[in-house]
Amino acid sequence: MPGALGGLVTAAVTAEGLAVSYGGGRPALEEVEFELAAGSSLCVLGPNGGGKTTLFRALTGELPALRGTVAVAGGRPAYLAQTERTRLDFPVSALDVALMGSLANGRWWLPARRSDRDAARAALDRVGLADRASDRFGELSGGQRQRVLIARALVQDARVLLLDEPLAGVDPASGERIERLFGELRDEGRALLVSTHDVESARAFDRVLCLNGAQIAFGDPATALTRDVLERTYGGEIVVLEEDGPGGAVRAVTVQHHHHDH
Amino acid sequence: MDLLEPLQSGIERRALAEVVMLGAFCGAFGCWVTTFRLSYPAESLAHGLLPGLVLAALAGLPLLLGGVAGVAVAALAVWVAGRDGRVGSDTATAVAVTGLLGLGSLLALTPAAPARLEELLFGDPLGVTDGDLAAAAALALVGGAALVALHRPLAAVALDATGARALGVRPGLVRLALLGLLAAALAVAVQGLGSLLVLAVLIGPAVAVRGLFSTPARAMVAAAAVGALAGVAGIYASSWLGTAAGASVALALCGAAALGALLRWLAGRSRAAPSPSA
Repeated sequence: MPGALGGLVTAAVTAEGLAVSYGGGRPALEEVEFELAAGSSLCVLGPNGGGKTTLFRALTGELPALRGTVAVAGGRPAYLAQTERTRLDFPVSALDVALMGSLANGRWWLPARRSDRDAARAALDRVGLADRASDRFGELSGGQRQRVLIARALVQDARVLLLDEPLAGVDPASGERIERLFGELRDEGRALLVSTHDVESARAFDRVLCLNGAQIAFGDPATALTRDVLERTYGGEIVVLEEDGPGGAVRAVTVQHHHHDH
Repeated sequence: MDLLEPLQSGIERRALAEVVMLGAFCGAFGCWVTTFRLSYPAESLAHGLLPGLVLAALAGLPLLLGGVAGVAVAALAVWVAGRDGRVGSDTATAVAVTGLLGLGSLLALTPAAPARLEELLFGDPLGVTDGDLAAAAALALVGGAALVALHRPLAAVALDATGARALGVRPGLVRLALLGLLAAALAVAVQGLGSLLVLAVLIGPAVAVRGLFSTPARAMVAAAAVGALAGVAGIYASSWLGTAAGASVALALCGAAALGALLRWLAGRSRAAPSPSA
């Protein structure tokens, strides 16, 4: 595996001088430089349009690097969309969606194998939705849909998971359940990249990456999230609640308007 | 009234075979056309291919050839018109397609035109040739096989294209395959239903079954049955009532769509009745 040198921790995701643009024009995101170890979690913070989803699209290979390089170890990363942006009126069951993970094995022109179906059932069981296998995906709650997408990533056996605002519009009980799952996935050596609006939730992650058109900061959330960093990340949309001395870590919330209606 | 009467005439037997094959394939395929929101592009291509049909008729070439060339030219015209970002692609498409329809009508109304314009516009299932039947059979077989092979990628892209891409599916290629199938379906089906009515067989059955089935595959099988049955109903109706066959089939297909909408409305009401807040 690339990056596995001696006793060093394996890098799951590496970005070096990465710049990404839509259609080759002005970069939507640039100066991205970070490394994330396998089995660890990264919180991606930034305003709407700050480049969070753009980074994920670069990591899936959908957007090519304009400059610099990006590398993801262990095969294709899984991408978990905000589920309210998926086609909720499309008639598929939770099991069907989990089973889509087996497309990563190739053989897309053939029906899913029995072993794939078993894997999809096991994955739904793993995320606590075995009894919802035949429910319509679009009729599940936001938190349940997010868990179905995690099951799809498990069937894919992705080593790197990209989650776009997985906790947006999810009730607190479901949120806790999903965060427990995140812990389990990390313990299995998977790397998690989670974008969010919630500055406070960043503290539960191993690393934080602040984006606003370019990389503002990367590091341990306990030290990286200073007032200066947050102000440069969010502009005037940040409200500092508590500051741990000049240049120290702060507690803060953003006051930006969310695009989704929750 | 003799139920077998339409079967006794060779012309109507052929018409029934044509609408059953087209209704079954286009009905199933239409589920993807509507899911991928391609109804408007489909209608545009169907109307825009008229000049191709007319030119083929004028030159004495097979209409299928004219349909294929017409779809290609219409797709190109729509694409070129859509490149002018100041107008907006819907408007540009409308202008390009109306222009093509006008051109087709102008050509068809010249004294030299052998084919009657109304057959090309409204179709004539009773006038299908052996070649038309062979084309419909080939579409049903090859197109059906393509739908089976593409089923899992289509479903993954329909749900969420970026997630599908991360699974190794190429959403651009899947959409291109869908457009290729759409062009083939239009070029073949236009022989039976004409440039103005062909959309009914692609959209009617899919709308009829929408929201009534729990998987895309079941919806497609149901839409295929609806398409074939509505086609047969249209031919029978035209035989008994002496109405135009193509228009009767199109009305039967759209009637099925309206019936499906009514069923959905009733199902929604009965579900909402016990707990109005749900």
